[in-house]
Parts: sequence; structure tokens; C-alpha cells
Amino acid sequence: MAHVDYLLTEEQQMIVDLALRISKEKIIPVRAELDEKEEFPWDIMKELAKADLFGLYIPEEYGGLGKGCFEMCLALEALAYGCIAVTTTYAASALGGYPILLYGSEEQKRLYLPDIASGRRFTAFGLTEANAGSDAAAIQTTAVEDGDSWVINGAKQWITSGGEADVYTIVALTDRNKGARGATAFIVEKGDPGFGFGKKERKMGLRASSTRELIFNDCRIPKERILGRRGQGFIIAMKTLDLARPGIGAIGVGLAHAAFNEATRYAKERIQFGQPIISFQIIQHMLADMATQIEASRALVYAVARTIDAGAKDFAKVSAMAKLFPTDAAMKITTDAVQILGGYGYMKDYPVEKMMRDAKVLQIYEGTNQILRNIIGQAINKEQIIKDC
Amino acid sequence: MPLNIVVCIKQVPDARTVRFDAEKGTIIREGVDAVINPVDLNALEAGLSLKDALGGEVTAISMGPPQAVEALRETIAMGVDKGVLLSDRSFAGSDTLATTYILAKGIEMLGRFDVVICGKQSMDGDTAQVGPGLAVRLGLPSVAYVKEITVLNDGGLFRFRRETDSGYDVVEVEPPFLVTVPPLLNTPRLPSLKGKMRAKKADITIYNANDIKADLKKIGFEGSPTRVVSTAVHAFNARKEMLSGTVEEQVRALIGRLKEAGLL
Repeated sequence: MAHVDYLLTEEQQMIVDLALRISKEKIIPVRAELDEKEEFPWDIMKELAKADLFGLYIPEEYGGLGKGCFEMCLALEALAYGCIAVTTTYAASALGGYPILLYGSEEQKRLYLPDIASGRRFTAFGLTEANAGSDAAAIQTTAVEDGDSWVINGAKQWITSGGEADVYTIVALTDRNKGARGATAFIVEKGDPGFGFGKKERKMGLRASSTRELIFNDCRIPKERILGRRGQGFIIAMKTLDLARPGIGAIGVGLAHAAFNEATRYAKERIQFGQPIISFQIIQHMLADMATQIEASRALVYAVARTIDAGAKDFAKVSAMAKLFPTDAAMKITTDAVQILGGYGYMKDYPVEKMMRDAKVLQIYEGTNQILRNIIGQAINKEQIIKDC
Repeated sequence: MPLNIVVCIKQVPDARTVRFDAEKGTIIREGVDAVINPVDLNALEAGLSLKDALGGEVTAISMGPPQAVEALRETIAMGVDKGVLLSDRSFAGSDTLATTYILAKGIEMLGRFDVVICGKQSMDGDTAQVGPGLAVRLGLPSVAYVKEITVLNDGGLFRFRRETDSGYDVVEVEPPFLVTVPPLLNTPRLPSLKGKMRAKKADITIYNANDIKADLKKIGFEGSPTRVVSTAVHAFNARKEMLSGTVEEQVRALIGRLKEAGLL
């Protein structure tokens, strides 16, 4: 039977094949153990580096493959088919790398991007604070100029790969009374004086991913570590998130597809009332909804990613859509997969309970789905022209 | 010291999809994927890690039909520098004696080489003769079933741990030499994206019988003193019995049968 054909090029298919192979051979066999032990997936990160996947979005002149948002989405979806905690660790490195790629000086790009592309240095992104989540403008971390240095004070919370990453792009206030224009982005390196890490968080899902606090205690960094211009911090953060969000949608698609496959396999094998439960219409309808939602999610993610790669300028709205719909769908689909497996689905012996625990974070991180609805709604409100279909 | 490393590979039917025609005694080739002989992946990994450690170049060489070019492309995706295919209709029917002759003639075309690595045996022919036979043809010392490789004197000397039936030998040898490796020596690396892209465009050198100046009497059926007369598929004709009843009844019956058979 036909599947939807997304007309991938030979190179794009190569990316899917390789990422899926890593998923099946290296991720799926260890995901339950990584989850149980809350173990950072260094071995898998090394595999991804050897496969050149860290360089996917980095231009060839800096040692990468020069691919776009769409190819990133393809890789993320295939990896998420295996485990989204591992995939988030990979994605978070891109989130830390994008600001350097988008706003770094030529020198910064030459200094950091080749190391990021090869996987020699691992990156993270720090915006959220204890009192500044959805309200990112409420951050309290400060950076003050002092001679040839910037001195940073404050703390970033729930930073993916905190403590594990080597290079961090963070946002701090440089002019407290300028509001949103008073924030600036910086590059901080592990080992900088005054830069430390808080406790590792214990989480409902996404447990193989490391989530830690970044603590700046009179952290002194050289002046040239400023990223972009002074006051540009929030713009950098927002543009970075706009570019990354379809990738989160893609993670939702990969996860949902994995849960759907588990549910389908089980429904064909499980005999109740003398027949496989897939022969019952209620189960068929559940699977039909799951399959349809997955395909709709995938189509949306791919279309938005291709729009971005084609050079779209102001894509915050469509990018938010490409995260919102697939991640809400992933939550529903993983929940229904547990339901189809029933009691077995609730047990740790089957992979769907982890999938359901993991799915929840997709509706929360990189902009809660409520904030994404705000972004989409505000864009609709701002649009002067009501476009015909 | 940079080394010129040659790895011999063979394209074989994928064991996961292969089926046999029990009546004809042949492999059904239609719809079966062709893959690199699994233990040859360990040989490739051994060659590539020597290159990682010491520098140099890895060449993968194979004898086979034209479609074996795809197997050589796969090795390039893993990091091999050059692929060479020895392919000619007159090679068909070659046994291990003829195959080692052809491979040796092909390897001699490559110029200087320091290390030749082969998988212990192919999963279809299963003779484990080609590696050591090739060493004889090339006039090289050969160490078979190498379980551990230690590089000494920056590649001027190698120490191997070689499996034997009763334990192991430790053997030291200076290049050039040939080794054969068993499965589980290492974990073969996956291809990289850059490697796959390079592989797509790579030129695979193809040599025919004429190119390698093969003596036609030494290749193919004519050069092969051994002949496969027939192939038979293992038949499992054990007595079958389906137990019926409730699970408890089935378990009781099963225990009874196992006791009758003296297994419990």
C-alpha cells in the first residue's frame, strides 16, 4: 500500500537511513537502561559525531554538511523513533550552536563551528531561569562590562546538557531599565572562572537527558565572547527558537510513530474474546486516528521546514504551528498507545510507558504549547491582510 | 608510520533474507539482499582503526560480479580510501585455489602494501582457506584468527593474540604480513554522512582477467581442482506433536513427554 511520498532527494534519504540505523542499532537496545539509570548518552553522542550528524546544519566552510532545517527535521524524527531523551540531547547541541551560526562574528564561527560540527565540542543553550520561563523577559542574570571582560552573575535553570556541554550560549541582562532590549547573548565555556553547575534534576521523562542549573558567580569572560550586538539578546533567543521549533515537531512525529508501531504490533498479536484486538472497530478507530495525526504532523513539519529553507523571513507563526500540532498529537498518540496495550502498556516491560512519560515534555519545552498559541494568535492579530486560501 | 592496508571483502546473500530451494539444493537469489560478508566488516574495522592510529591508506578489494561495486561503495562510506573490484566472466566457478590466485594478482596491481586483512571466512563458502592461501600466493607471513592486535614500534612490529583450540598464541610479526580476523574482534563502525556522499561519487577501479594478466588456466572452472557437486539443505525431520487442552493440561503433558524422553 502506498505511503505519502515526501519526494526526498537521494541525500535526504541517506540522512534518514543512517539516522534510523543508529536509532535501531545503537539507541533502541539501550534506551530503557539509560532511562532507568538517568545516564547521559555519551556513547550515542559519539556515534552521532562519527556519522557527521552534528555538522548537518553547519555550512561546509566550517566543516559541516551545509544542510537546512528540513534535513535537521529528518534526522531528529529518525532519532526520536528510538528515544527522545537521546534526541533532545542532540537537538540541544544545535540549539546552542544556532546562535553562533546566526549571529556569531566570523572569528567566533571559525573558532566554534568546526568543533561543534565534528562533535569535538558539545553545546547548550541557556535562557530559562527560576522566575523566567514563559516570561523570558523576566530574566535576572546580569552581565556587566569590566575592562576587557564581562562579569556575569545569576543562574539559568533546567538547561539541557548543563554540565556535560563545553560551550554555552546564554542570555543575560546588560541594561536593566531597557526591558526586552536590555538583554545580550554571550558565549560561556566550561571552565570559565566563576561558572559552575547546580544539581542534576530528576525528571518524569527525558531521563537520559541531563538537565542542570548553570550558576554564574562573578563569572568572568573575555569581552569578545559577546554574541551579536549589545541589546540583541532576546532577538537572538527568539530567532534561535523559531529555527529550532520545527525540529521539536519532528521529534514529536518520530516518537508518535514509534508508539503507533508498538500499539499496532500489539493489537495484531493480542487475542481477547477469541480474536486479535485489532479486529475490534474501537481499536481500529484509535489506530486510524493515530496514523492520520502522525501523517498530518509530518506533512506540516516538512512543509514548514521547507518554507524556512526556501528563505522565508518572518516565520515565527508557522514555526510555532510546526511544534504545536505534532507535539499535542504525540501526547495523545502515546497516551492512546498505552491504552491499547492496557495493563501491559502501564508496565516498564513495554516501551510505551516511557514514550508517554517522555512525550509530556514536548508540550512544555522550547515554548509551552500555550505560549505557541499566543505567538500564532498574535501573528494572526497583527496580519494586515487576510489571505485567501 | 603510515601503512598501506588492503582489506579483502566479499559480497554475500543477506542471511536474514536468504532462502533455499530444498529440491534443487540451491540458494534462491531473487529478492535477496546482497551484503558485505559480516566478518569482513570486522576486517574493515581493523584496517580503518590501524589507519586512524598510524595514518596511511585503506584499499578494499573484492572478486565478484559487477554488482559487487555496491559492496565496495559501502566500504568507502565507512572510511575506506579506495575500492577495487576484480570482475570477469572467466572468474566464475573459481574455488579457493583460483580465488587466491586472482586476489593475489589484483593486490599486486596496487603497488606497495604493508598489511592485508581478511575476514576469517565467508558465510556462504565457509572454507576459511582464502586468507591463508592468499598469504602463500603473496609470499607473506600469515597469522590467522587474530583476537587482539597491538601496534609496536610505530607500526614497525605487530603483536597478535591468535586463537587456538587449546588456548592462544602470542605472535609478533613485521610488515608486510596477512592476518585473518574472527567476528567479535571489534564493533564495525557505521558509515558517516560525508562517507556516504563520497561513496556515491567514488570511482571504483574494475580489473578484468586481462588487466591483472591472469593465466586463464589458473582461474575459473579450469583453475579449480575442487568442484561443488551438490548442495543439500539441512532438513529437520524431528517428530512433531501438538499438545492440546488447558495451559495446565499442556504443561503436565509436556513434563510427561520430557520425562519419557529422559530429558527431565
